[in-house]
Formats: sequence, C-alpha cells, structure tokens
Amino acid sequence: MAGTAAGIDRLTGRAAEIDSPAKLATLLEEHDYLADEGLATAAFLALRMGRPLFLEGEAGVGKTELAKTLASILDAPLIRLQCYEGLDAAQALYDWDFARQLLHLKAAEAAGVTDVRALEGEIYDRRFLVARPLLRALETWPCVLLVDEVDRADDEFEAFLLEVLSDFTISVPELGTIRAETPPVVVVTSNRTREVHEALKRRCLYHWIEHPAFEREVAILLRRLPACTEELAAEVADAAGRLRRADLVKPPGVAETLDWTEALLTLGAARLDPGLAAVTLGALLKYREDQETVWRDGLLGAASPGGGGGGGGRA
Amino acid sequence: MPELRGGGTGDDRAALVSTLTGFARTLRAAGVAADHQRTQGFLAALRELDVRERRDVYWAGRLTLCSGPDDLDRYDRCFAAYFGGERPGPAHRVPAVTVTRFVARPGDTGDQDERHEADAAAATASEIEVLRHRDVARMTAAERREVARLLGMLRSAREQRRSRRRAPSHRGALDGRGTVREAVRRGGEPARLRFRDRKEKPRRVVMLVDVSGSMAAYADTLLRFAHALVRAEPRATEVFSVGTRLTRVTAELRHRDPAVAMDAVSAAIPDWSGGTRLGEELKELLRLSDVRGAIVVIASDGWERGDASLLGRQMERLSRLAHRVIWVNPHKGDPAYRPLTAGMRAALPHITDFVAGHSLAAYEELARLLGEGGSRPGGHAVRAAGDAVRAGDGIPAGDGRGMPDA
Repeated sequence: MAGTAAGIDRLTGRAAEIDSPAKLATLLEEHDYLADEGLATAAFLALRMGRPLFLEGEAGVGKTELAKTLASILDAPLIRLQCYEGLDAAQALYDWDFARQLLHLKAAEAAGVTDVRALEGEIYDRRFLVARPLLRALETWPCVLLVDEVDRADDEFEAFLLEVLSDFTISVPELGTIRAETPPVVVVTSNRTREVHEALKRRCLYHWIEHPAFEREVAILLRRLPACTEELAAEVADAAGRLRRADLVKPPGVAETLDWTEALLTLGAARLDPGLAAVTLGALLKYREDQETVWRDGLLGAASPGGGGGGGGRA
Repeated sequence: MPELRGGGTGDDRAALVSTLTGFARTLRAAGVAADHQRTQGFLAALRELDVRERRDVYWAGRLTLCSGPDDLDRYDRCFAAYFGGERPGPAHRVPAVTVTRFVARPGDTGDQDERHEADAAAATASEIEVLRHRDVARMTAAERREVARLLGMLRSAREQRRSRRRAPSHRGALDGRGTVREAVRRGGEPARLRFRDRKEKPRRVVMLVDVSGSMAAYADTLLRFAHALVRAEPRATEVFSVGTRLTRVTAELRHRDPAVAMDAVSAAIPDWSGGTRLGEELKELLRLSDVRGAIVVIASDGWERGDASLLGRQMERLSRLAHRVIWVNPHKGDPAYRPLTAGMRAALPHITDFVAGHSLAAYEELARLLGEGGSRPGGHAVRAAGDAVRAGDGIPAGDGRGMPDA
C-alpha cells in the first residue's frame, strides 16, 4: 500500500468501507456527530483524495469535533497541533534532543573520539530527533492530524505548513528528507480572524460550516444528552436560533447550546423556565453585553423572566 | 486514474470535462479564483462522486473551487446560472468584508443633518475627480500639494513589540541546537553556549478613516497618511474606510506611487460623502478583524448618525482588545473646539490619545505617537489641543522631525 501519495490504495480497514458521503454521514452519526450533506461530502473527499480539509466557520460549530470523530471512526490516533503566535519549527515539526546529544558528545570525548565528521554522523541520528506533531503525523499511520486555529499562528508558520501539506515531507538539514509513506488525514481549522494564505488553501478542500438548522440542532442535543427531553431540546434550539439572528457580540455555537442544556439538565430542568434560564445563561453567552441585550430585548421569549430577574427557583 | 463515474463513452467524457471546465471559467469570470490547479481538483473530486448527481457536482465544485466565505454566494449564483435550476446549496449567512449597510435616510436622528445624503451612491469616475480636487480645509492648492508630497515622504517608525519568535542573540534562552553544533566543531567540548532571544516585531496598526460628508475636507489627506503607514509597514498595517459601510482598502494602498494608490482607493470606496454609522462599523470591524494588541487609529469627527450608546459600547470593547486607541479629530486643531457631539462624548472615555489631524504638524505628531513604544500612557491621557504642536518646535517643513529613524 505504500507508493501512491493519494488514492484508494491507502484506505484499509474501516476507511475502505466508506464508499459514499452518505455512508460516512452514517458512521459519523454512529459516533454522535451529526453532519449535514456538505460536511459529509467534504470529509468523504478528504479521505478519498488524500487532501487536507480546511474548515472555517464561527467558533463552536464543531470544526475540532469533526477531526476527533473522524479519528475515532478510522480507529486512528488524533495528533493535534494547536496554533498560536510564534509557533515555530522546533515546536511544530521536530527538535533535536540537545541534552542527549551533549551527553553523547561527552561520552565520545571520554572514549577519545575527536573526528568532527564521525561525531556529526553520530549525533545527528534519527534517535536524537524529537518528533513534534507534524513529523509525528507523517510517521504514524493511520492517523488524523488536526491543525487547530491556524489563523492564530503567524504567516512564517504557514510556510512550514504549506511545505508539509504539499508533499507530506519534512526536510531535516542534518538528516535528509522524511516522507510519509501514506499521508495522514488532515483537518485544518480557522476562525477567520486573519486571512490564511491562498497557496495553503489551494492545497485543501475548503468548507464553511454553518450553524445547524433547528431540526439538526434538536437532533444533536437529543443525541449528545440522553437525559434531555424533546421539549427542552426544541426550546433550547429555538432560543439559540433566535440569539444567532440577534445582534450579539458572540452568537452561541452548538458547543455553547450543549453546555447550556447540560447546565439546565444538571439543575433538573425538563422545560426551559425563566428562573433556570437566568441562572444558567452564562453557559450560553460569554459576554456581559450579550446577556444584557438578551434581557433587554426579551430574546429568550417565554423564558424571559418577567421583571424579576434571576432569583426564581424551580417549582 | 478512475474515470468519472457515469461518464459513458470517450466522447461523452470529453464533453463532460469541457462542461465542467467551462463552469470553472464562468466562476473565474465572476471573480472566484478557480484556477487550473483548483479545476483539476474539481475533476478529481468528481471521480470520487457521481457526476450525474447534481448535488455531487455542486459540492465537489464548492469544496475545491472556493476559498473563502465571500466566494460561496458567487458560487451558488454561478452554479444556478450555469447548470440551471434552483440554487442548490443551503442558505448561508457569511460575513463579507464589504457589507452594504443603511444609506442615510431623511429623518434620521443623527447628530447633524447631512446635506450629502443623495451622494451616498457608488463611486463614479467624476467622484474620483472630485476627490482629487477635494478641498483640504483652509489650505491653498499649493499648500495641499506640498502636504501631499510631504505625507508621501513621511517615514513613520513603528512601535515595536516582543514577538514570540526567537533568533540567535547574546542573551535569552539557551540554544540547544547552536550549542551542540558548536560543541561538535570543537571536537565534543560544549565550551561555548549559544542563546536565542525573542525578536522585536512592529506592532500592528489598524486605521479607520471616516469618509463621510462632514470629513470630506480631510479624507484625502488622511488616506495619504494611511498610505505612508502601509508603505512603511505593509505587513503590520490595515486600513479601512468607514462611512455607511466598512471597506478594507489595505490592498489598494500598497502601491508605491501615492497617486496610483489614491486612485485605487477612490474606486474601491463606494460611500464617499455619506453619513457615518461608526458604532455599526466598529462592530463589523471587531467581528472580522483581529485588533488584539494592535494600535487602533480612528480618524473621524465623531458626528455619529446612528446610536451613540452603541458607539460607546463598541469603543469600550475596542479599548479592551486593542493595545492603544488613538482618535484623530481634525476639528480638535481649533482651540475653541469642545468634544460636544454625542458620538465624541460616548467615545472619549475609551480613548488612549486624542489628537488633532488638521495640519502637517498634527500628522507628524500622530506618526510620532505610532512610533512611541514602551509604557502605555496612564489612564486616558487626553492631550490638550496645544500639545500637538509643541512650543519652540515650529512647523517642521518636512525635515522628518518627529519621525525617529529606526
């Protein structure tokens, strides 16, 4: 199965069963991830074409979660690279284990080896190389590589990433080129705080994830939180939809509606009642301005407390 | 290579490929960057799907030919036009950089009744001409040309911040790689330690230039100043025009020649001389741009047509995210000026520096502020009007004073 960079040869085991986007959607659903047609097609093509999947969308729509679910479907480890400003090759690709190299040098010195060429050959050996996420992903098969929030890294890092994702190779000057026998499944996510370089996107399949529609969100809540009643799920999803249409600093994503519902369930809610909504709102909206807007405009509808604020307990 | 499923005979396949590449061409004409490589990706994707299925063609194209949310709407329209039928995709709400907001309506309760409401239409060639000959308040033409020339030469040193990236240095953290290499060179003895320290990087500047009617006299000069900023630090500067909508003009300002850059900006800004909805625009800015740690420069007279309390809330958020917020108000050059407009009053508590923007001296002062590193001025140091031109300095005739060479 080594050889071709992409294609069907590399798909073995579980991956080989996935012969259509619908099949993948079913598998994702079995793993409690409800994907719509677009996302299922995107992930399917990423698997079949051996291309990285570039996911954009507002925070909390399930970009990271998709990578995790793909990993469990493929029964492969998830290798995650969380991006941040200043991320460099030593943290993303590989690093030399300097302490061990120095120890080795001391030992060689004690043994009387002083030939520089020989020493170089010994200490720049694969066993002194520490694999960071990108190198680890090339050396692990099968695996799912998640490059999370790539927009938070600076543009110098994009150059490394582009090189890795173009050929699935990493060149170590002292050692040579390390090549993935079979490229990993790659998911790159971005919250779009910065425009990512066009050349990087061109390598990828691009998908914009939307907030889920009402029915899908109800289904997600019921599936992820078995204790949740249908009434509560419907009321929560309805409220979430209304909040997303409203003018908020940070409209809630699915991650937040799940948190909120869980908070409501923990307090024993079977329906969305005003008192409980008020005390748990912090799980849904993380900005004071947004909470104020919600109360001012009565956005929680029937669940908005009538003037009394939050103090009410449950019946 | 697997064939296109449902492709039929060779002739059919050829026809199919030309239909599909024709679609990519249509997209290119509509402004989607569907280049050759992407088109190949499109065909490859369809080999994995069923080319007879309209949805499969839709998704294969969308996933391979588009590269941002701005492309999606164009893609859907092209798809419907090219393959016929309904718009196949899900309805989506995507943020766009240029969002048409409201055009000023008569009867709006703003701070001032604008007389240019009717002008808030798209830019035309004649309007670009108008911009070229726009009156910089109380200046003769010769003076204006001189100011423009001097602004073109303005070199603004940028405040530096410590980056998280390291480079070889005499201090800082131990550089294991360098130390080992040095030790090998010396036959195994780690006698000399190497270090790497954090690099300095220019701090990002995000500048907003109000192009509404009340700022008409200054917009050209301010944009020229913005041009100088972009030219000095192209990778660490973002410029937006604000009026009835927010427009990113950084790319237009990258051209070396100020005249060419200004022409491009004129063409790109669709809402010259309209009203201002600064609160709305700031909100949009905070949504689609990262101002964290940046110096935000707002050049406006604060004549807010919208809700001043919204402006106040957005300014509060902005001041929490940004490193510094500098407000440039051309009217501040007048000693009799008092910040009385509702917009200005709402914004004032959240401003780090409040400066004038009416004269060359004031622009140099602004450039100096952008180069001034170090400590954040305590509280909200609102500079007095006389502060902009310090006594004894005189008017620097373009000698670059106040712009320390980096």
